[in-house]
Amino acid sequence: MDDARETSSSVSLHNTKTPLHKTIPRRKPSMENLDRFIPNRSAMDFDYADYVLTTARKGNKIKGEGSPRKEAYRKGLAELFNMNRPRILACKNKPPVFKTLFPEPTSSVNQGALVKPQRYIPQTSERTLDAPDIGDNYYLNLLDWGSNNVFAIGLGNTLYLWDASDSSTTELFTIDDENGPITSLRWASDGRNLAVGLNNLEVQIWDVVSNRRMRTLRGGHSSRVGSLDWNEHILSTGGMDGVITNNDARISNHIVEKYEGHQLEVCGLNWSSSGQQLASGGNDNLLHIWDHSMATSNSRTQWLHRLDDHTAAVKALAWCPFHSSVLASGGGVGDHHITFWNTHTGACLNSVDTGSQSPNGCTVASATGDETLRFWNVFGIPEVVANPAPKTNLEPFASFSRIR
Amino acid sequence: MGSKTTTKDIITLRGSAAIVSEFFGYAANSILYNRGVYPEESFVKVKKYGLSMLLTQDETVKSFITNLNAQLSEWLESGKLQRIVLVIMSKATSEVLERWNFSIETDKEVVEKGVSREKSDKEIMREIQAIMKQIISSITYLPCLEEPCVFDVLAYTDNDVEVPFTWVESDPKLIENPQMVKLHSFDTKIHKVNTMVSYKNDEWNEE
Repeated sequence: MDDARETSSSVSLHNTKTPLHKTIPRRKPSMENLDRFIPNRSAMDFDYADYVLTTARKGNKIKGEGSPRKEAYRKGLAELFNMNRPRILACKNKPPVFKTLFPEPTSSVNQGALVKPQRYIPQTSERTLDAPDIGDNYYLNLLDWGSNNVFAIGLGNTLYLWDASDSSTTELFTIDDENGPITSLRWASDGRNLAVGLNNLEVQIWDVVSNRRMRTLRGGHSSRVGSLDWNEHILSTGGMDGVITNNDARISNHIVEKYEGHQLEVCGLNWSSSGQQLASGGNDNLLHIWDHSMATSNSRTQWLHRLDDHTAAVKALAWCPFHSSVLASGGGVGDHHITFWNTHTGACLNSVDTGSQSPNGCTVASATGDETLRFWNVFGIPEVVANPAPKTNLEPFASFSRIR
Repeated sequence: MGSKTTTKDIITLRGSAAIVSEFFGYAANSILYNRGVYPEESFVKVKKYGLSMLLTQDETVKSFITNLNAQLSEWLESGKLQRIVLVIMSKATSEVLERWNFSIETDKEVVEKGVSREKSDKEIMREIQAIMKQIISSITYLPCLEEPCVFDVLAYTDNDVEVPFTWVESDPKLIENPQMVKLHSFDTKIHKVNTMVSYKNDEWNEE
């Protein structure tokens, strides 16, 4: 303690430098407090002491007078601490601060598939691969990412598999010109079976592990199959004839059900994760919800909901990963809206204008008319490390448009 | 649940406190990773709750969370912890951008009488798994944090708790006009944890 100095300083300053005395507010300016103090812990009021100490350092305004003010402060503190509220405590030692690295700032990607700058979408693709001969047709579904982290793409008459874990490409098969080109493809949930629709109206099911064609489904459609989706062993196929056929891949008489409701090509098909409902989007701007348990005996099933809010072809469909009956649908050029539905009631929850051509809604890879295949690191998580894309597929919000 | 009888496990107060504080540790890590408070490379994947959970490798953050959890366990065992809040603030302005609120209801009888409860461990794990998945997918609706952020943890305790040396009183760090989303909860039959996230309403709201 700076007692030696204080003897010569002003009296008031001296007093405030010995706060321990202040339990009994005495302002008697005296020099008698030069002795060493033996602190009496129980009599100490640390908060008050702290207050006095700190204000003294700042060039004390209270200057030893105004003891009633100090008294009132102490009283106020006591009241505060006794209030019947939960205490809110925070750790004294704060966690460290990191300057985080962010990808490039948002700006529209491709033709502005972003709805709002709520996520940083990198402007450059993570990876670009050549995709020659890719069918430049909006209504076909030529890409799919399997749960085995293998990406399948149909280029013309050939189906290629790209393994994301080692970046290797293999050719699964090539079909001859009169039967091709490939019009749609979709992985089964086991990541092993791949359904491929061809222009010759057939749908082939391939096993990619043994590289063999397991089955060919014929007779389900009168025109090409542009969209497919699996529901366990059921493969739903959507055709240019507007018909959706449910095929049981296990039995020879494979057609188990037909959903008729679309007047034009069915370009989007998506089963909910529970396998209860199928959403289908068509070139007729309609979105149908079909309920799997509503099968009727005469194999012509009525739709559960017919939603006609879109003003262009509905191709992009995705179910919400955390709400089992919320579906998002994206409309095409004339519509450019993403609409959210409650599929139990058929009510429209929300509709967002993307201001641009609709998102692809299928994958986080976009295949474009300029014959390249780009992979976009949309979610900030490297797609090769994280769970395979089918999980990330479910967020159409941040996926990409086709460059036409 | 179904007609199958699931074997129930005995849950003690201490065990329940451990489950809750462990949950908080993993949830905090997940939030820090997801919201980009620390760089992705500083996290490592581990298996927990049947999921791939991310844990930070940074020693200071790790020890912060470990010490925190030890204190939370103690408070949980005494039944005095009411909630834990993880706040995310802008580094530059200290404005609170997000608030992850874990409120805790404690079965007082267990604390007072020292009895134990029964519940299947697996079921608790399933409940926690559901919350973790929700935290991970919250990235789809939470506004992007466009600036470097820091986090802090607040503990709401009963009034009569003795404040440990390393803790101080704090203000609640609330958000003005927040958007709130309630997530799932889990229950060990001794402590019930409700999760909620509130975030700053950003201008890019859907009409």
